[in-house]
Amino acid sequence: MNPTAGDPVVVLEGLTRRFGTAVAVADLSFAVERAELFGIVGPDGAGKTTTLRLLAGVLPPTSGDARLFGISVAREPERVKPQLAYMAQRFGLYEDLTVAENIHFYADLYRVPRRERADRIERLHAFSRLGEFSDRLAGALSGGMKQKLALSCALVHRPALLLLDEPTFGVDPISRRDLWLILHEMVAEGVTIVVSTSYLDEAERCDRVVLLDRGRVLAFDRPAALQAAFPGRLLSVATAEPRDARDRLRDHPAVARATLFGRNLHVQLAPGGSPEAVAAALAAAAIPTEGIVAIEPSLEDVFIDRVAGSAVS
Amino acid sequence: MTDRSRRWGRVGALLRKEWRQLFRDPKTKRIIFVSPIIQLLLFGYAVNTDVHRVATWVVDHEGSATSRALQDALTAGGYFRIVGRSDRPADLARALDRGDAVIGIEIPPAFGGDLAAGRSPAVQVLVDGTNSNTGTVAQGYVTRIVQRFGTERAAGPNRPAAGVDLVARAWYNPGLTSLVYNVPAVLGALVFMMSLLLIGLAVVRERELGTLEQLLVSPLTPGELMLGKTLPVAAVALIDLVLVATVAILWFEVPFRGSPVALVLATLLFALAALGMGLLISTVSRTQQEAFMAMFLLILPALILSGFMYPIHTMPEAFQALTLVNPVRWYIEIVRALFLKGATVAELWRPYLALTLMGIGVFAVATWRFRRAVG
Repeated sequence: MNPTAGDPVVVLEGLTRRFGTAVAVADLSFAVERAELFGIVGPDGAGKTTTLRLLAGVLPPTSGDARLFGISVAREPERVKPQLAYMAQRFGLYEDLTVAENIHFYADLYRVPRRERADRIERLHAFSRLGEFSDRLAGALSGGMKQKLALSCALVHRPALLLLDEPTFGVDPISRRDLWLILHEMVAEGVTIVVSTSYLDEAERCDRVVLLDRGRVLAFDRPAALQAAFPGRLLSVATAEPRDARDRLRDHPAVARATLFGRNLHVQLAPGGSPEAVAAALAAAAIPTEGIVAIEPSLEDVFIDRVAGSAVS
Repeated sequence: MTDRSRRWGRVGALLRKEWRQLFRDPKTKRIIFVSPIIQLLLFGYAVNTDVHRVATWVVDHEGSATSRALQDALTAGGYFRIVGRSDRPADLARALDRGDAVIGIEIPPAFGGDLAAGRSPAVQVLVDGTNSNTGTVAQGYVTRIVQRFGTERAAGPNRPAAGVDLVARAWYNPGLTSLVYNVPAVLGALVFMMSLLLIGLAVVRERELGTLEQLLVSPLTPGELMLGKTLPVAAVALIDLVLVATVAILWFEVPFRGSPVALVLATLLFALAALGMGLLISTVSRTQQEAFMAMFLLILPALILSGFMYPIHTMPEAFQALTLVNPVRWYIEIVRALFLKGATVAELWRPYLALTLMGIGVFAVATWRFRRAVG
């Protein structure tokens, strides 16, 4: 069980899971390389959690398989488990046990040798800053602290592969930043991480992402490559009446798509469309604008484009 | 590290965690240590079907020395207490209606005279049947006292010369006190409820918290998980056994004539069945409320069909057959026989065999279901 450096750590082969007649994920096939920070991105109901649970071996696939370190999860889940950590979106902590007791329980469960334990826990505390709360009950921690404790519990056995389901969900911005710093540090140490998120700004931090929608793969690449492959130019229109502007531009021949982005409007130009044509259309409708600038597409723009594209086809 | 030592290491980790959680929460501690004692006291004192100083109304139409002697005979044993007297039957009816009296006795006008003359006077006994337990027993006592009185007082020629004198004596529980009979049965009810409740909630709580999934991605196997969950509960059942038995013996002075080893063996077999049922419930319940409902639906019939409060031989045949698959029934049978009769395992082979089969059977099904449900 010592895969050569070149072999992918996670390989999905037509992984499919149905719940009754509903298809949660269909025919997923992609591979995750060693020491990669890999993102599974998609809206709610896209199949992110199902994919991670299938990979963790908590849920058996309906068909297809996933191999972790070359071992089939469907057939030999027990052999994979020791190298794996899975942090569910709601990672369960024993709230009636203290921070230290929670970490030690997982250390016991994975048979972490006693002499290594103190050192590992100290390192975990260094990033989580939970050291001073060792004797506090887990139930008395704040949301961000709980999440860091959950991560500490998941990491205490030094997994080679870490599966994280929306780890920053409901976490304050500072703890969120901390968590991502930890993940980058772990990847630097050679750990492979598969993380799901519905925050696309987070997805841009990943080495590669797979975009899921309704259980299917929409795109699979490096975030920068996905952004570069964005079809057509993108404009950001600042206006006081973004909704009217969108309604006006939606069916305009120069515009492929107009999407609200907060108080701005992102306009994807159709082939042959130009910023001037957009400005003229808005002026003709007497909608005041405060600036129209060309921008680089974010992952969110890419995602909206791909989701809309798949809905049409 | 060998595979086996890893396995026991994991079970040990779970055991330590379970034990810690069990005794951390003051509420759980109260449920484990205090509630059995309270229930024992309640059953010991409150659920009392003994006939003792039963309220009795007497209508004495004769008012002779003989009729008064009959009344004295009634009250002498301490079973009856006369709460009122009159010479009008209507008063007796009213006393029974109002619940002032449970037993009414009407002595005919020529009671003493008839007895002396060798005739058989009829004494009427009225019983409030709404409390059928006390009523039936009290009726039996009245009948016996009146008959004996009649036999003793009957005039010469009418005196049954060589009649059969039936002398009933209750063995193992000479006073026929319900306390001696009930207290061992409380053990059955307590061990059953405690095992069911603690194991069911221990598993379902982890499911609710989301920690169950965490345990399943760990190298812990479903079998190890079951072991780590059931052993602490079995230990608690044994602790409660010792607790309740001690109070029963020292406080209620219930005799314990059997072997403690036999009692522990029966309790372990019984706990196995109860734990299996708890695990089965935990596989079909997603929340603690659901588990609690299912347990409630199981506990009540199991206790009613156990002979705990209602004797099995008076049940309709179909229900008697049902009691055969009720582990509580067999456990209570064993416990009563161990406490009161000092029976041996060999003498009790039938209930022991039944408990063994049920314990292994239910636990095997539970294991299979549990592996499927969580694995």
